[in-house]
Amino acid sequence: MSFELGDAWFRYPRSDHPALRGVSVEIPAGSHTAIVGPNGAGKTTLARLLLGTLRPQSGYALFEGRPAADWPRREMAKRVGVVAQGGPPVLPVSVIGFVEMGRNPYVRPWAPLGEADRAKVSGALRRADLEELASRAITELSGGEVQRAKLARAFAQDPTVLVLDEPTAHLDVAHEMEIFRLVRDFVDAGGSAVTITHSLHLAGRFADRLCLLSDGRLEAVGSPMEVLRSEILSRVFDWPIEVVALDHAGLAGLHVVPVDKGRDPTHSEEPT
Amino acid sequence: MKSSRSHAVGLLGLALLLVVAMSAALAVGPANLSLPEIWKALQPEAGESPARAILLWVRLPRIVAAALSGAGLAVSGVLFQALLRNPLAEPYLLGVSSGAALGAVAVLSLGLTVGPAGVGLAALAGALIAIATVFRVAYAAGQLDTRVLILAGVVVASFFGAGVMLVLTLAEGRTARSALLWTMGSFGQASWQMNIALAAYSLPAALAAFGLSRHLNALALDEESAAHLGTEVERVKKISYLLASLLAAAAVSVAGVIGFVGLVVPHAIRLLWGVDHRYLIPMSFLAGGSLLVLADAAARTVAQPLEIPVGVVTALIGVPFFLVLLRRGYARKPL
Repeated sequence: MSFELGDAWFRYPRSDHPALRGVSVEIPAGSHTAIVGPNGAGKTTLARLLLGTLRPQSGYALFEGRPAADWPRREMAKRVGVVAQGGPPVLPVSVIGFVEMGRNPYVRPWAPLGEADRAKVSGALRRADLEELASRAITELSGGEVQRAKLARAFAQDPTVLVLDEPTAHLDVAHEMEIFRLVRDFVDAGGSAVTITHSLHLAGRFADRLCLLSDGRLEAVGSPMEVLRSEILSRVFDWPIEVVALDHAGLAGLHVVPVDKGRDPTHSEEPT
Repeated sequence: MKSSRSHAVGLLGLALLLVVAMSAALAVGPANLSLPEIWKALQPEAGESPARAILLWVRLPRIVAAALSGAGLAVSGVLFQALLRNPLAEPYLLGVSSGAALGAVAVLSLGLTVGPAGVGLAALAGALIAIATVFRVAYAAGQLDTRVLILAGVVVASFFGAGVMLVLTLAEGRTARSALLWTMGSFGQASWQMNIALAAYSLPAALAAFGLSRHLNALALDEESAAHLGTEVERVKKISYLLASLLAAAAVSVAGVIGFVGLVVPHAIRLLWGVDHRYLIPMSFLAGGSLLVLADAAARTVAQPLEIPVGVVTALIGVPFFLVLLRRGYARKPL
């Protein structure tokens, strides 16, 4: 078990409304788990509890059996690579310098990188297809390239687990696919991943398990088939949503289609 | 990051610059000593002479004080800029200088005969009160809120600044003038005794800052990323704030208020050699020291016999240089 939440509650200081109300979920190693749900459902808070940057006020949040917030950050960083949300980078550091920070947990803060560290960094750049951009300033990259650089930095940490918070926000379809593909490859190579995303169809296609959060509670957890269902999604997102099984051009998957409000989703037309 | 060769050349060049600046500063001053005279007076076998006394007990302590203060202020600026992720952050933004000024000005205006060391101690006490106040306000529930830190710092600075003005208004003309001059910065009171204290205080602090380099690199991105890259964010923030404040307090209690070094030196180094703190800190240390040594040499010679405040010189030579660098552009090349 990589992560485990047990009846975890969290309320931000100066807020009357708990962000998480008693969430229990286990995230097994070797799987790709997607956390989905409406805006404000508590997805990012959930990720922060998993990563130990927040501590639940009641209940528990464990990583590898130990409370996540008790992990020394350095030890956590050797095991978990994170692609966090956050605005565009402002520090004009080169892409390679940015990715080299992924070696921080392995190197003394004042020492140069060793031979092995450099190899990890170039491996991570290659994996994210950033070799040609290595000497460019991170501030000059496009949104998709920045996300790839963050992912490369996480790869450079040599983690067993990736945690990604909205890694494809503001990205076009091709870049979205690119990121999910890289994460899927990481899991297929033996890693685990937890991805927070608004992209229900990509979650359904690339993740093994979905956790659907709504208003701080876990509404549903299970395989894409079990979670991506019209009646569940329509209720949670408060909008009529149709789920269509698609098997076209070798692409087997679920298609999540929001329909016009006011129309009864059960009577919508069959796709041709 | 830039090649380590360009970094090595830069480090060596800046170290050389500091040595050259200190040697050159030794040769200038109101007592007109020629280079051969200086050389002769400094030979170990040379006996006591007025020239030797001037060099070893007047000029050298002053030069060393300027080098240590400049180095400390520059490193302090680096730390504040990383901690607050604000390019305008500098050692005096958070009230350290105003606190020190109030302490010193109060002692000077009261006409207490405490000597330069006493004034320095009063300044240090004022600075520490300001640092502690700002920290106390911004530190809650185990976390240092950097937004509160800036606001509290600016407000505390205004408060102590008002205190300085009040004391100056009430003081008599002569003491008021000496107090006012103190606030403009000068190394005129430097002594070996003071330098030993300054070195014992700021060298370990600068070394400790260097020891945080990779954490500061991560912190300069944002706090959440830094945590995920293995940095104990709150601990590093607390230590950086204390180191930065203490470095500034040490400099200000020896030399009075010298602005600008902590702001401009780190930015200049970033523009030339990039944002990696493993180089930024030692390079700023060397460059800050050189800048103040040269500025002080200029301060005591250009308007002889009058001495102009060293802060005036740092701004007059530093600003044009910095504007040229800025014109060459921040993001034009990756750092």
